[in-house]
Amino acid sequence: MGAPILDIAGLRTVFRIGGADIAAVEDMELTIAAGETVALVGESGSGKSVTSLSVMGLLPRRVGRIAAGKVMLSRKSGEVIDLAAMSDETLRQIRGNDIGMVFQEPMTSLNPVYTVGEQIAEPIRIHLGKPHREAAADAVRLLADVGIPDPARRAQQYPHELSGGMRQRVTIAMALACDPRMLIADEPTTALDVTIQAQILDLLQKLQRERGMGILFVTHNLGVVAEIADRVVVMYAGRIVESGPVAEVFAHPRHPYTKGLLRSVPRLGQAVELKRAGTPLPTIRGNVPSLRNLPKGCAFANRCDYAIAACSAAMPALVETTPTQKSRCIRWQEL
Amino acid sequence: MTQQPYLSVRNLSKHFKPAAFSRGAVVKALQDISFDIPRGQVVGLVGESGSGKTTIGRSVLRLIEPTSGQVMLDGVDVTTLSGAQLRHQRRKMQYIFQDPFASLSPRMTIGQVLTEGLDIQGIGTRAERRARAEKALMAVELPVDAFDRYAHEFSGGQRQRIGIARALTLEPDFIVADEPVSALDVSIQAQVINLLRDLQTRLGLTMLFISHDLAVVEYICDTVIVLYLGRIMEMAPAADLYARPSHPYTRALLSAIPSPDSATRPQRQILTGDIPSPANPPSGCVFRTRCPFAIEACAGDVPALREVAPGHLRACIRDDIL
Repeated sequence: MGAPILDIAGLRTVFRIGGADIAAVEDMELTIAAGETVALVGESGSGKSVTSLSVMGLLPRRVGRIAAGKVMLSRKSGEVIDLAAMSDETLRQIRGNDIGMVFQEPMTSLNPVYTVGEQIAEPIRIHLGKPHREAAADAVRLLADVGIPDPARRAQQYPHELSGGMRQRVTIAMALACDPRMLIADEPTTALDVTIQAQILDLLQKLQRERGMGILFVTHNLGVVAEIADRVVVMYAGRIVESGPVAEVFAHPRHPYTKGLLRSVPRLGQAVELKRAGTPLPTIRGNVPSLRNLPKGCAFANRCDYAIAACSAAMPALVETTPTQKSRCIRWQEL
Repeated sequence: MTQQPYLSVRNLSKHFKPAAFSRGAVVKALQDISFDIPRGQVVGLVGESGSGKTTIGRSVLRLIEPTSGQVMLDGVDVTTLSGAQLRHQRRKMQYIFQDPFASLSPRMTIGQVLTEGLDIQGIGTRAERRARAEKALMAVELPVDAFDRYAHEFSGGQRQRIGIARALTLEPDFIVADEPVSALDVSIQAQVINLLRDLQTRLGLTMLFISHDLAVVEYICDTVIVLYLGRIMEMAPAADLYARPSHPYTRALLSAIPSPDSATRPQRQILTGDIPSPANPPSGCVFRTRCPFAIEACAGDVPALREVAPGHLRACIRDDIL
């Protein structure tokens, strides 16, 4: 694969809470090439959304900030810049232009008082400087691209006149309006019904094939990861615990957390057999620790079946288990 | 010898009228729903947004008034009870809510949350109520000292355990669990399902388990009902439904669930189009507008729910291809 479009290294993002800096993301690394989809997975508080907000420069003001690391983006012009060092003004020129964004709740991403056509045309006018008429025509074409029937009529409608699935198609059209090389999709199908989710995943894959953009896909759903991603980065308590090609990681997880998570996902047709045998569903015991008082060493140790004394002595390093897979576990060879 | 079912729902319908002076239409949330739950069994209600699953749960406990139909709970017709009788009946029937953040008051201690129902029902002395609440906390595997703490001190999974404990303090026979694990992380979901299953068998509870996710209800349910736009599409014993899904909608729903093992499974079938508005449902079979097998006759009469195998019912006329 070619040079990465997005290259994150050593990212540390902190939140100022009660006079102290709490690290929500620590030692983050991630690269995405053109045409590649990388899934960032984890549970609540794992740091997956904070990572995507850090890339977009959308951390809450005065509370959240990037404390260390580089977020290198290759722009449409070919220029490579460090998003972590950019001014708010520069970031505004990049968002919606070089980076398209799709969020979980389409209704909160759309403005209820403008037609969807106007909202898709806005970034085209602002970033690409096209006149109104041309931008409006582009908007109709984009609506057709995202599979909305009768796009010219739909462009004249307001968000409340559309279904949830249609609205998410509109936000995707908005994200793609300036033909970005990078798309960040943060839980884009989580609020949708499962039959609509299947449509949206299918659409994103089709658009990626056509446009060759890189996608950072943030999700908590391992099924969705298998469906859409080439590579996966698994986060726990702010750090990567495992990363690698999806097929490799899911077939041979090298971190007990990934392994536990994969076992916990309900599989159709299997629970009936477990019930018949009187066996409980596989779980991960305990709860996700609070970022305010993380245990010393590996943050997963207190829930881990493989934990030994050494796990709590020092934070394990993220080591290569194969040329393409990495794990932050000192006992990965025994898994 | 057939035993009388604990819960018996007959021809239940619920139509929501539009607000006065608005131009909205009547929303037919439920149309002619009938099913039974034998004592000590769990029935799962599965469907997407607007399918009516929550409306059934709320109508059964009469948290909302059904438009027509009958709900017999342990031999008593819930739909005709007056205020005081209904309050008395509610001892036997409790509700577990989806969102463990919204369903617990931030101003009440867990003890107050757990004993409120006992207070309302006038059950026990103060000490006895506390003892019952502590017993419920132990049943959901929370420390007894949670009694004097507040909801914000607990994680999502722990809060959902508190929500379950609240339903248990009245020692009900019947529980409606409305998406009880949907707001939880994957690693916590399985813990809570195991807990509910364990409590259900140990206490002999009868349960109506509502979920949008077919994968979640499989472990806990004896029977699964698949709903679409306020009507039952298919109803079958759980093992049978997953092994031999019969209705085109159930098949599509199963096929749409993304699985971590997706590399090894057959090509996904993607339904086109959106779920129609329940204010203006299609004639005949409500699923026909998205059904890959729909023919002209599907627009005619509403298909009857017919038995296709023992205990396995389906509302679809296309016997020729299914």
